[in-house]
Amino acid sequence: MRARVFVTLKPSVFDPQGSIVTEALHTLGYASVKDVRQGKYFELDIDAASADEAKKLAGEAAGKLLANPIIESYRIEVDGEAVPGKAVR
Amino acid sequence: MKFAVVVFPGSNCDHDAYYAVKEVVGQDAELVWHKDTSLGGADAVILPGGFAHGDYLRTGAIARFSPIMQAVNAFAASGGPVLGICNGFQVLLEAGLLPGAMLRNRSIQFRCEHVYVNVEQTDTPFTLAAARGQTLKIPIAHGEGNYYAEPEVIAKLEANRQVIFRYATVDGQVTDAANPNGSASNIAGICNATRNVVGLMPHPERACELSVGSADGRVLLESAVKAAMLATR
Repeated sequence: MRARVFVTLKPSVFDPQGSIVTEALHTLGYASVKDVRQGKYFELDIDAASADEAKKLAGEAAGKLLANPIIESYRIEVDGEAVPGKAVR
Repeated sequence: MKFAVVVFPGSNCDHDAYYAVKEVVGQDAELVWHKDTSLGGADAVILPGGFAHGDYLRTGAIARFSPIMQAVNAFAASGGPVLGICNGFQVLLEAGLLPGAMLRNRSIQFRCEHVYVNVEQTDTPFTLAAARGQTLKIPIAHGEGNYYAEPEVIAKLEANRQVIFRYATVDGQVTDAANPNGSASNIAGICNATRNVVGLMPHPERACELSVGSADGRVLLESAVKAAMLATR
């Protein structure tokens, strides 16, 4: 089963990379792009019996390792379902 | 006294730290591979700079799973002095031995230059021999040294005097212009609640001889020697 984990900086955390990408887009003439937040994307190929099981395992992986709870939050999708998560390390 | 210098795959300041301990401060030093499980009876531990495990995932994030980190955790828990320099600081944060996290430098640049830091507190094993308020000239070399913690964590660090080094101007003024990476409250280094674990982004081991531009970093290692002497007295 395929789980997709999206890790992003918390809204309260300044994203230097995203801000530079925003500036670059403005230089290209895309003035309508107000802000960019850069994050990480993981695909987990999981041997699980159900989507719920895959989701649970992906949540643990994200909470313990893929995201740093101090600065990041994550969201999980399994078979198209979105599951917002909170890092719990 | 004996220092253990931990070597992760991707560490690149391990030999600088080893040299500074052995040749400059004249103490015993041993390089300890990350897959080892023992610190070999060392009196102090240095987690050196570099790019442990390629900085994959996040800086320091994979290093905390290295087998040696169990020994480092136990050593720190028993009150042993641990110094994390640059990437070593990032490893201590990811390992939960120090609070907070690192973000990309606010300028997005990799900054490699001499900076000035004030010694804010001298009651740690790595600042014992320094004068409180002393300004040290020490180089930095990092892309992710923008220290971040929740405002209440920063407030707690300040209240408990856990901010050990702060970026400043040459004459010790703590200004935004003197902050090379955007760190909260100009924080360059902190310690844990029991004050035996210290992490900082600047590289004291690269500032131990005047021939390389500054010998101000020596005081951190000399402090550890003094602390060990006081402990055995």
